[in-house]
Amino acid sequence: MRRQHPLIVAISYLTMAFLYLPLAGVAIFSVNAARRGLVWKGFTLKWYLKLFENDWILEAAWNTLLLAVISTIIATVLGTILAIAMDRFPWRSRTSNFLDIILHIPVVIPDIILAASLVVAFGLLRMASSIFEPGLPNMIIGHITFQIAFVALVVRSRLVAIGSEVEEAARDLFATNWYLLRKVMLPLLMPGIIAGAMLAFTLSLDDFVISFFTAGPESQTLPLFIFAAVRRGVTPQIHALSTLIMLVTVILVVLTERFTRHHEKE
Amino acid sequence: MKRADSLITWYGELTTRQQLLKRGSLLLSPGMLWLMLFLVLPGLVLVVVSVVTRGAYGQLEWVFTLENYKRLAGFTLFGWTPDYLMILWRSVVVAFFTTLVSVLLSYPLCFFIAGRPERSRYMWLTLVIIPFWTNMVIRAYAWFLILSPELPIAKLAAVFGFIPEGAPLYPNAFAVYLGMVSMFLPFVTLPLYASVERLDWSLVEAAQDLYASRIRTFTQAILPQTMPGLSVGIILTFVPAMGMFVVPDLLGGAKYMLVGNLIQQQFGTSRDWPFGAAISMGLMVLTMVGLQIYRRKGKEVQVV
Repeated sequence: MRRQHPLIVAISYLTMAFLYLPLAGVAIFSVNAARRGLVWKGFTLKWYLKLFENDWILEAAWNTLLLAVISTIIATVLGTILAIAMDRFPWRSRTSNFLDIILHIPVVIPDIILAASLVVAFGLLRMASSIFEPGLPNMIIGHITFQIAFVALVVRSRLVAIGSEVEEAARDLFATNWYLLRKVMLPLLMPGIIAGAMLAFTLSLDDFVISFFTAGPESQTLPLFIFAAVRRGVTPQIHALSTLIMLVTVILVVLTERFTRHHEKE
Repeated sequence: MKRADSLITWYGELTTRQQLLKRGSLLLSPGMLWLMLFLVLPGLVLVVVSVVTRGAYGQLEWVFTLENYKRLAGFTLFGWTPDYLMILWRSVVVAFFTTLVSVLLSYPLCFFIAGRPERSRYMWLTLVIIPFWTNMVIRAYAWFLILSPELPIAKLAAVFGFIPEGAPLYPNAFAVYLGMVSMFLPFVTLPLYASVERLDWSLVEAAQDLYASRIRTFTQAILPQTMPGLSVGIILTFVPAMGMFVVPDLLGGAKYMLVGNLIQQQFGTSRDWPFGAAISMGLMVLTMVGLQIYRRKGKEVQVV
């Protein structure tokens, strides 16, 4: 092992402290008995129990989950088909460049611009249909729009990685299009599809900006709830809620890591 | 040039180009239709809205005008003020320094992690990934909490006279930078690490053997090799940092507004969509210019 300069080690520890100190603060005050203020009044878990009695929070949690699940399912299907369509057909280079640019838009523009354009577009569509009133359907549409791009990019890199040999072999053995897709491509693509879906799911859970712009009064999500609570004045419940969300994040990250490393070894 | 209906072999299938493109278009259509409908079209609508007039009650009036852009450039009824341009400029500066500091901190961190033994290496890496995925509202709020007047950091700052006794360490530029850097640091560290892990150390040793200075070793042997990861990290940081509004909203207040807040205001309390659309266009142009400058200066830029 290379010996490391003490300065590198010191900066690294400080950087990690810089990342975790604020989060640790939230976790500590989530188990503080004091109702107001930031003075330590002893250990308690009552704020966590109160979370489950708070209808607002339960509803926001339900909305967050519903939004993430629905948008992820749709985006994964659409994104996977899009990736196959872009990678496995002899498009002219101009066509494929054009498709590539469209696909990269959600990745390379600030999300607030996507959010603003959706607000305006939904505002005009509202004249045609009341579905486009601010609310969960709008949020789902917004989330799918950026998720598709990420799913398609992840699945496409997997398509490139598996190459053409297996498909050629299947064709030689007289596989039909449908059989090839079902029995050859989808199983080979599955790790990519799952990785893409997990990315899409986490992006949805994490999103604040798109939801903030497209949400209606009935469709609060947890990040929106926390943001609103900070401006109203924070209660210890918010600390408990934030800590719980952080714990869920840690679990998701560890599971995802396990999954991807398991597949890298294959 | 081949005839469109001549037979070709494609992934082991004997078929014609025409046939393939027909099937391809069928597969392409659902996803592309979605992106056209909810990404490209709304984008174009935003461009159009940026040149129409706001009605007295915030509705759109289809009278075309460049008023919104003039206002953004600072021309008002009472003469010229640089207020909005200042906010745009500040956003560029904040995004630039956020990216710079994130890069400066990420290099040592990446080398540190790459130098750990295999088992703990994954643990350290996971420790960087966790904040990456933690909700940004929570992370911004966490700074808001930790800089409160009751807690040691603000008290310490008060002792040194940076802030009055009993005041929080926000809203100000310092708090915005703290929040921004901690928000985006993992966005640089993770892609950069992918490059650092694959670094060919023999080139670094060769440079050292030839008596290259530390700086030259870095610029000649390490920087070119880590460029792919660094590029991704810079783009992943600079672009969202330009449009960030949660951090400046909580930690910057009205005194240190960024363009993200300004846009949000137009779509929220002010209900001035045309002006909001015009600012969004301004942000878009700045982002593209930033990426273009970087693309020229840096080498090939790869995203994702």
